[in-house]
Amino acid sequence: MMDYIKAFIVGGIICVIGQLLMDHTKLTPARILVLFVTAGVILQGLGLYQKLVDIGGAGATVPLPGFGYALAKGAIKEVKEAGLIGAFTGGIKATSGGIAGAVFFGYIASVVFSPKTKK
Amino acid sequence: MKNVMNSKEYEKFIQSKMPKPKTLKNCIMAFIVGGLFSDLGQLITDVFKKNEFNADQTAAGTAIILVFLGALLTGVGIYDRLGKFAGAGSIVPITGFANSIVSPAMEFKREGFVFGVGARMFTVAGPVLIYGISTSIIIGIIHYLFF
Amino acid sequence: MQKKIGKQTVKLQNPPTITSTYAIVGPKEGQGPLAEFFDQILEDDYFGEESWEKAESKLIKEAVKGAIKSSGLDIGKIDYMFAGDLLNQIISSSFAARALQIPFIGLYGACSTMAVSLSMGAMVIDGGFAENTVCVTSSHFSSAERQYRFPLEQGVQRPPYAQWTVTGSGAAVLTKYGEGPYITHITTGKIVDFGIKDANNMGAAMAPAAVDTISAHFNETGRNPGYYDLIVTGDLATIGREITIDLLKKEGYYIEAIYNDCGCMIFDNIKQDTHAGGSGCGCSAVVLNGYLYNQMKKGDIKKLLFVATGALLSPISSWQGESIPSIAHAIAIESTI
Repeated sequence: MMDYIKAFIVGGIICVIGQLLMDHTKLTPARILVLFVTAGVILQGLGLYQKLVDIGGAGATVPLPGFGYALAKGAIKEVKEAGLIGAFTGGIKATSGGIAGAVFFGYIASVVFSPKTKK
Repeated sequence: MKNVMNSKEYEKFIQSKMPKPKTLKNCIMAFIVGGLFSDLGQLITDVFKKNEFNADQTAAGTAIILVFLGALLTGVGIYDRLGKFAGAGSIVPITGFANSIVSPAMEFKREGFVFGVGARMFTVAGPVLIYGISTSIIIGIIHYLFF
Repeated sequence: MQKKIGKQTVKLQNPPTITSTYAIVGPKEGQGPLAEFFDQILEDDYFGEESWEKAESKLIKEAVKGAIKSSGLDIGKIDYMFAGDLLNQIISSSFAARALQIPFIGLYGACSTMAVSLSMGAMVIDGGFAENTVCVTSSHFSSAERQYRFPLEQGVQRPPYAQWTVTGSGAAVLTKYGEGPYITHITTGKIVDFGIKDANNMGAAMAPAAVDTISAHFNETGRNPGYYDLIVTGDLATIGREITIDLLKKEGYYIEAIYNDCGCMIFDNIKQDTHAGGSGCGCSAVVLNGYLYNQMKKGDIKKLLFVATGALLSPISSWQGESIPSIAHAIAIESTI
């Protein structure tokens, strides 16, 4: 149960940071997503994001910085195992499920459904 | 018109007239919805773990299920309504990444399946992948050289 | 007699009559406070078409047909159609004109287009080049949203000062021989830009343009705010409306008592969750050709100053960090001359 409370709080706080950026800067949602992913990559590059994941679990991996974390973690791990090539293969390998899923389900949903106007 | 202003003067002039965003309410909603998505991810992770998937499979499986949900909720027209009150709470989780893929793609279906759906899928997701992946390669190279 | 009475203002020698109008709106506008004044309210904003662009073009086509029908004129008697809209290369207008086969002049004035088309339609008649013209514009929430902002199903929050693009089209038939309401004066706007860059903040961007044109109109005609029963701007919405009132005070004109804005009139902002109010070419077009024309015909408004406002930005100029050039054109419409 404690896991869920921690996940809730960590995930919630990351989203609040995003909300503050949206409300008080001129950043658009797309820029915030780019910023968050890149921030996740850099923080993990410094070895910091892992600590947040250890505390928050899915609360740290489900928000987009978690995607950046997975990219960096994969790249670093693969570098250790395969050398320089690993920098190129590791990140995508670690996130391949999410990327492939997003492309595939994204395509299916786009073809099956049509947008509805707002009320 | 006699009283012409430059952009700084005008910015100042209109400041008191601009409605402020309801930051407190927005943040509470973002916190709750972001927290709930995280708990959903935690639940899926725990189910995978219980069924003895390894760590990599669990992470991938969780991501796949969440992007599926994001795509589905976008398709049936729920995600935009969620986004209206949840704000960053529904944009920042990976389900929001799926939303950013499906929403432009379905909108441009009338423009065809290659340049419409195919190209538009990545209007937001493209930059995210480009910057995420490129930065991770740089991080990898740095680790190769210095660690 | 000199028709041009100032740098920006013309006084029409033989003021044309607005002989008939037609206003057609989407479902949301049909639930707003002005619903009873619209000639047609759509149940579905696809309007039986397969894309929103086609739906918007059909809006123009139906509005033109409706206005011509109620004028009692044969469509062959219409000399020119002046039309414009928000979509790239004004496709709603030209595709409608393709079906209507009226000699067509396409205009772009963003949300000021209703005033641009009325200016052109009236001046061409007064100049003796036409007897009857039709002036029309449209906007469509869904086609504008995808061109200027976000896909509909993207889960984004609209800022509290954002405006809601009106789905609708308004058309007016002008004729040389008629008994009013007459178009008597036209004050053509200059571009005004006070440096607003946020494409969501259009009311604030356009308000100075409205102020510039309204004060030019008063200066050059020698009129003052008290002359009019109503001064109405196009789509400044709540924030732009307040700025306009304040800026005009600085110019020495107090218009508050007789001033309103179409963007504030078309929706119930709180009930309909439209934030600051309506926007788009269709906003001022349907309010003028629906509600205001009705009030003039009834005699409740005898002297109207219609000031449509336009934000002349494009998505590309926004991405390049340009500020928003804005414009406003004033049309004086009076029941007697």
